[in-house]
Amino acid sequence: MDLSVEMPGLHLKNPIMPASGCFGFGREYSQFYDLSLLGAVIMKAATREERYGNPTPRVAETHAGMLNAIGLQNPGVENVITNEVPFLAKYNTSIIANIAGSTLEEYEFVARAFNDSPNVDALELNISCPNVKEGGIQFGTDPAMAARVTEVVKRASNLPVYVKLSPNISDIVSMAKAVESAGADGLSMINTLTGMQIHLPTGKPLLANSTGGLSGQAIKPIAIRMIYEVKQKVNIPIIGMGGISTAEDVLEFLLAGASAVAVGTANFQNPFICAELIEALPSTLNKYGFNSLQDTIGKGIAI
Amino acid sequence: MIKKERVRIQTKRKIAKDTIEMVLENKYISSIAIPGQFIHIYVDGHTLRRPISIANVDQDANTLTILFKQLGSGTEQLACSPEGTILDVLGPSGNGFQMDTGNSTILLIGGGIGVPPLYYLGKSLIEKGMKIISILGFQSSEYVFYEREFQELGENLIVTNDGSYGEKGFVTDVVHTIDHIDCYYSCGPIQMLQAVTQSLPTTRGYISLEERMGCGVGACFACVVPSKKESGYRKICKDGPVFNAEEVKL
Ligand SMILES: Cc1cc2nc3c(=O)[nH]c(=O)nc-3n(C[C@H](O)[C@H](O)[C@H](O)COP(=O)(O)OP(=O)(O)OC[C@H]3O[C@@H](n4cnc5c(N)ncnc54)[C@H](O)[C@@H]3O)c2cc1C
Ligand SMILES: Cc1cc2nc3c(=O)[nH]c(=O)nc-3n(C[C@H](O)[C@H](O)[C@H](O)COP(=O)(O)O)c2cc1C
Repeated sequence: MDLSVEMPGLHLKNPIMPASGCFGFGREYSQFYDLSLLGAVIMKAATREERYGNPTPRVAETHAGMLNAIGLQNPGVENVITNEVPFLAKYNTSIIANIAGSTLEEYEFVARAFNDSPNVDALELNISCPNVKEGGIQFGTDPAMAARVTEVVKRASNLPVYVKLSPNISDIVSMAKAVESAGADGLSMINTLTGMQIHLPTGKPLLANSTGGLSGQAIKPIAIRMIYEVKQKVNIPIIGMGGISTAEDVLEFLLAGASAVAVGTANFQNPFICAELIEALPSTLNKYGFNSLQDTIGKGIAI
Repeated sequence: MIKKERVRIQTKRKIAKDTIEMVLENKYISSIAIPGQFIHIYVDGHTLRRPISIANVDQDANTLTILFKQLGSGTEQLACSPEGTILDVLGPSGNGFQMDTGNSTILLIGGGIGVPPLYYLGKSLIEKGMKIISILGFQSSEYVFYEREFQELGENLIVTNDGSYGEKGFVTDVVHTIDHIDCYYSCGPIQMLQAVTQSLPTTRGYISLEERMGCGVGACFACVVPSKKESGYRKICKDGPVFNAEEVKL
């Protein structure tokens, strides 16, 4: 079955890719299977300088999910370009660079740096970061700020830009429209939901950072709902994610309106998950009466 | 190399309060695991795998032994798995202890559920001709395990926090009673490791660390420890769990 998908800058042989932050830069998972199987790889976030991240504990298990507060630990964009991208470039897969920052200038710097990296096919713009110059409000929770950072990155970059939306807002459609108007080539959704766990033996938040981002199966219905709503109001393609762990989940995302999907937390449970989903997808599509991937996208939307 | 393996629970036995010993059958892991490495066990219905140290290996029988404490829902469920159950495990994971060579005298210092990896280590060091002394600390007498096994390796001291068995106090209270050692290996709660490294500042030492893990293969940056030498962090699941005591900030 033809699983290929065309999206701005991305000619994917299948719609499956590991999500940012859950696959590092691919090295560790390359010992389990051939990364050339993957539609694409979304790299761990890169910032201007190296970041050390938050103190530990950085993760907590929850029912059907987990919380994380890694704090964008990464070796800095120059290191990512010189040491990590060449490793992934050996594989026959597309490379998406996830970029983060604390200021507009930082986003601009990181986006521009990837112009000199010929093997990167697209940017995923992580706007779930606090804007230090605006009192720490997340770029991704204010449509005007999200549009502004999208514009700045679009101007700085020669790559297609997929804006990764934060679900921690009440009106996801306004946010999606704001970044579409600002020039986004696509959307990526959803990032994690803010949560907290109290550790009973100490009576204090378990994560050193107190709050963390909830991911995994628990957030899937929220992701599906948001993609479904957004798909009806925007004309740019969506990379869907949030709790995917089976081929049925993938189909659900496609029907809701995603053109491709990313898999995060499920890699921790099963390092082979992406390869297994690619293998299982054709029979799952068949089972529900679809003959190609294209036939499924957005078909779940009731008119 | 880490593989995803099916391991069979061959035997299961309660060896102390809330403490289970399991002998697991798996050819691949038992044939290559070195002391200090761990396995990452999938527990049905749980998002994250549970890291448990390899406490012993029998290459001829294709088995590895784990010892674990029933703490929360994951280890509780694992403890209830009957013999014959097939577990989904990643391993062997991590780097293991760098083993001393020569006729050294080695001190093993274990605290509670940090004791298990030291057993396989001690056994391997004996085979290399080294002299082993061990100090094991437990909360109280009901939690003591593997005393006889460690006695077979060499001189062994048990301490309990409440004095209900062996000496009363902490492992560091008896460290000074040991005359001469060339190197120490330690695993246990972080407070114990801090005390141990402070009380043996000039002795070569290796410590094994615990932290909440995500992927367990080095990709997600969840389980890190600040590095002393370079700026930044080391990954416990991949660069560790064993580190030179000089290498990391506790
Ligand atoms: C390298 C390594 C080796 C270990 N070896 C052993 C061993 O040989 N025997 C043994 O009894 N225990 C060992 N531990 C600790 C063991 O992993 C935890 O006790 C166990 O994961 C707790 O799971 P739970 O379901 O009982 O607790 P829960 O509280 O339900 O666990 C919730 C989450 O927190 C994590 N977690 C909780 N406590 C710890 C901890 N102390 N360290 C790491 N993660 C934790 C769990 O893995 C899980 O993701 C080791 C830990 C590490 C990192
Ligand atoms: C440990 C961890 C680290 C993450 N790091 C990043 C990151 O650096 N940048 C980013 O945009 N998203 C990051 N995410 C979010 C994921 O890419 C994804 O959007 C989210 O986890 C939902 O998908 P999932 O439920 O399949 O994990 C991270 C998630 C986890 C669990």
